[in-house]
Amino acid sequence: MKLKQLEGLLGTIQQFSNPRIELEQYPTGPHIASRMLYTAENSFGDVSNKVVADFGCGCGTLGLAAGLLGAEYVIGVDIDTQSLEIASVNAEDLEVDLDFIQCDIRTLGWRGPIVDTVIMNPPFGTRKKGADMDFLFVALEMASEVVYSLHKTTTREHVKRAALRDHNASSAEVLCELRYDVPQLYKFHKKKEVDIAVDLWRFVPQRKQ
Amino acid sequence: MRLLTHNMLSSNIKGVTNGFPLRIEAEKVVEKQVDFNPDFLKNMFPKLEWKALADAARSLGYGELPDAADASMLDSDDFLRRLHHALLELHLEEGALVCPETGRKFPVNKGIPNMLLHEDEV
Repeated sequence: MKLKQLEGLLGTIQQFSNPRIELEQYPTGPHIASRMLYTAENSFGDVSNKVVADFGCGCGTLGLAAGLLGAEYVIGVDIDTQSLEIASVNAEDLEVDLDFIQCDIRTLGWRGPIVDTVIMNPPFGTRKKGADMDFLFVALEMASEVVYSLHKTTTREHVKRAALRDHNASSAEVLCELRYDVPQLYKFHKKKEVDIAVDLWRFVPQRKQ
Repeated sequence: MRLLTHNMLSSNIKGVTNGFPLRIEAEKVVEKQVDFNPDFLKNMFPKLEWKALADAARSLGYGELPDAADASMLDSDDFLRRLHHALLELHLEEGALVCPETGRKFPVNKGIPNMLLHEDEV
């Protein structure tokens, strides 16, 4: 599938109808989502035929992109009932098989090296301090091969240090810097739209025995 | 929820020593065909908890998996097709996943298991 085609398909999906600010619910736009997954697949082969988990999947954008690019099995994980309902409808509309789990990422019980690739656009930790690190921690534990994640460019040094020193990543690379266009979703948003610089990270966890 | 997902979920309730595997109470099961991918299955086989999978499949009404399996069986197309069906084509739509130690039920609605813990379970 071509990048433009993927981006087009992702543009048709439903997004949050009543986003919850305390969960930092922001849609991952088709521009970012398509580039993120396209890079993961075309530069690294981390999507097709793999088991992919989308942490904090929201309305399912990243997981759907993975499915469209040939992931064999996709799991979407989120805490919010409404988002998961929307994500289910999106999966049906795009005819992508997505298994969903409703849970708090910090308290999810799981076993085994089943998940190959974790993809995520986690909360940045602006509402609940440390939320981004919570997600990164679990991602690096669960992924047997690789983690793709978005974090604010302003947190670059902090993220690198946390990943390598605290969470056992064997490598942490910024693949590129992207502009995340955040639409005016919440009452406190003054501007119609704002661009935030985000880094697309690729983390490789330590090989487990 | 399909059984590859079930094969990785466990109960994380405070005090539970081994929350895997979760027992399945099935109220509604749906079958949806997907393309057969033998390479994927062969790759996945060593990562699976086999008995948990066989029991789970039986809970969903599919009793065709042997109780024990070893890698030599992967040469059999028949075996692979059964594994394919159990792992990827059975959907638990309504029911519950039950903690093996506490009996606490995690509801499954519209195919989505709710693994959120109550305050006193964390």
